[in-house]
Amino acid sequence: MRYSGLKVITEGLFGNKGWTPAWRDPAPKAEYDVVIIGGGGHGLATAYYLAKNHGITNVAVLEKGYLGGGNVGRNTTIVRANYMIPGNTEFYSHSMKLWEGMEADLNYNVMHSQRGLINLFHSDGQRDYWVRRGNAMINQGDDAILLEREGVREHLPYLDFENTRFPIYGGLLHPRGGSARHDAVAWGYARGADKRGVDLIQNCEVTGIDIENGVVRGVQTTRGAIRAKKVGIIVAGRSSQVAAMAGMRLPIESHILQAFVTEGLKPVINHVVSFGMGHFYISQSDKGGLVFGGDLDFYASYAARGNLPMVEHVMEAGMTLMPMIGRAKVLRSWGGIMDMSPDGSPVIDKTHVEGLFLDCGWNYGGFKAVPASGWCMAHLMATGNHHEVAAKFRLDRFATGHLLDEEGTGSQHNLH
Amino acid sequence: MRLTCPLCGDRDRREFYYYGAEDYLHRPAEGAPLAEWDNYLHLRDNPAGVLRDLWYHEAGCAQWLLVTRNTVTHEILGTELVAERKA
Repeated sequence: MRYSGLKVITEGLFGNKGWTPAWRDPAPKAEYDVVIIGGGGHGLATAYYLAKNHGITNVAVLEKGYLGGGNVGRNTTIVRANYMIPGNTEFYSHSMKLWEGMEADLNYNVMHSQRGLINLFHSDGQRDYWVRRGNAMINQGDDAILLEREGVREHLPYLDFENTRFPIYGGLLHPRGGSARHDAVAWGYARGADKRGVDLIQNCEVTGIDIENGVVRGVQTTRGAIRAKKVGIIVAGRSSQVAAMAGMRLPIESHILQAFVTEGLKPVINHVVSFGMGHFYISQSDKGGLVFGGDLDFYASYAARGNLPMVEHVMEAGMTLMPMIGRAKVLRSWGGIMDMSPDGSPVIDKTHVEGLFLDCGWNYGGFKAVPASGWCMAHLMATGNHHEVAAKFRLDRFATGHLLDEEGTGSQHNLH
Repeated sequence: MRLTCPLCGDRDRREFYYYGAEDYLHRPAEGAPLAEWDNYLHLRDNPAGVLRDLWYHEAGCAQWLLVTRNTVTHEILGTELVAERKA
């Protein structure tokens, strides 16, 4: 069924009885050309682009819970292309272009809103950093505008401009940055993949990966064995566990990142704003809630819930930046489990097992990467070659020293 | 979350700096093959369950602790001083 404004109106007039499920609920077949482990944003996007770009439709996506129930449903929905170093900048630039065409391509409203992202700076050193980063973005063909203090005031009059400890010197405006409806991204890709023949199999946990003589043969699941010519592991948050089934030890430590949302408010924050005091960022969802977050809790965790010190820190940062939000009540907080890699950059690569591919290590940047990750992983799985914009996301770069350390913080997993 | 420091007792998580998994205690010898350094610096078991990792009692006795804890429940199962660890 094709969605349209006319369809919404006619269904509204006739009791909304004509809607059908957005995807099928098939039983797993005995064999597929490609099995994708993980029905999150990246896995669903990979399946979609395998079908759309490469004509590979005999594909199953295996999800242990429900589609989009992992990190794609547990993030702060920010979309941006403001990376600096070669290897990252072209990838996120490609991703942004896919975001801009996503709704038309998927025939699905993901509420992508390019409302502008402003990264504030509070010292000469931070200004120099953001000028350099802005230049890198412009060199990549993306957009960046340096705002002085008064320029920031025009956009964000509600900030505390009298703060003496963290004076607002200015900000880097990335006009094409913004946010999207996170669940809808997963659903849109799911629907698009299903329509092209991909089987989306939920409540199907992979319990083993079958390998014979160094070649992948399929997977064992809670719904039986499934043979496959190629298998992709796309399970950020559980990458180490699934990769261990293939005898791999990954350069990943799992950390918890908390986020918060307030009660719904009238429109008050029109941009995505990040504060350079530590790590605080905020936007307002289309439903009206203020969505904000900060740093990792800093210790390895799979708990999907955080501890109070980081809650306190995030609230302090928010109050320091924009005291008005003290009037809002926090409704919910949650934690996502981050694949933290030693350089803060992801992996899209083959493995030592023929036919087994790996997409992991998204740190806390996975949401904006969903379309390009799917695009490049599908390219790799279909052609056997790395896509040019993801060519540096190699698994062996840690051993060879070709790290992509965007922030230059060293090889400690939790410092990115 | 609170950690029990063997010297200072039950203390708030804020007093501690987190380093990472126990792997950091097994530094390769000088001149060791690159694969060993990769293993030491980057690769992790990363269990969803019981993990041994290193915490520094930054705002307390300035000792490194080896903490055994559950990464799923945040339960602390034991702490010991790295300095008194039996190799």
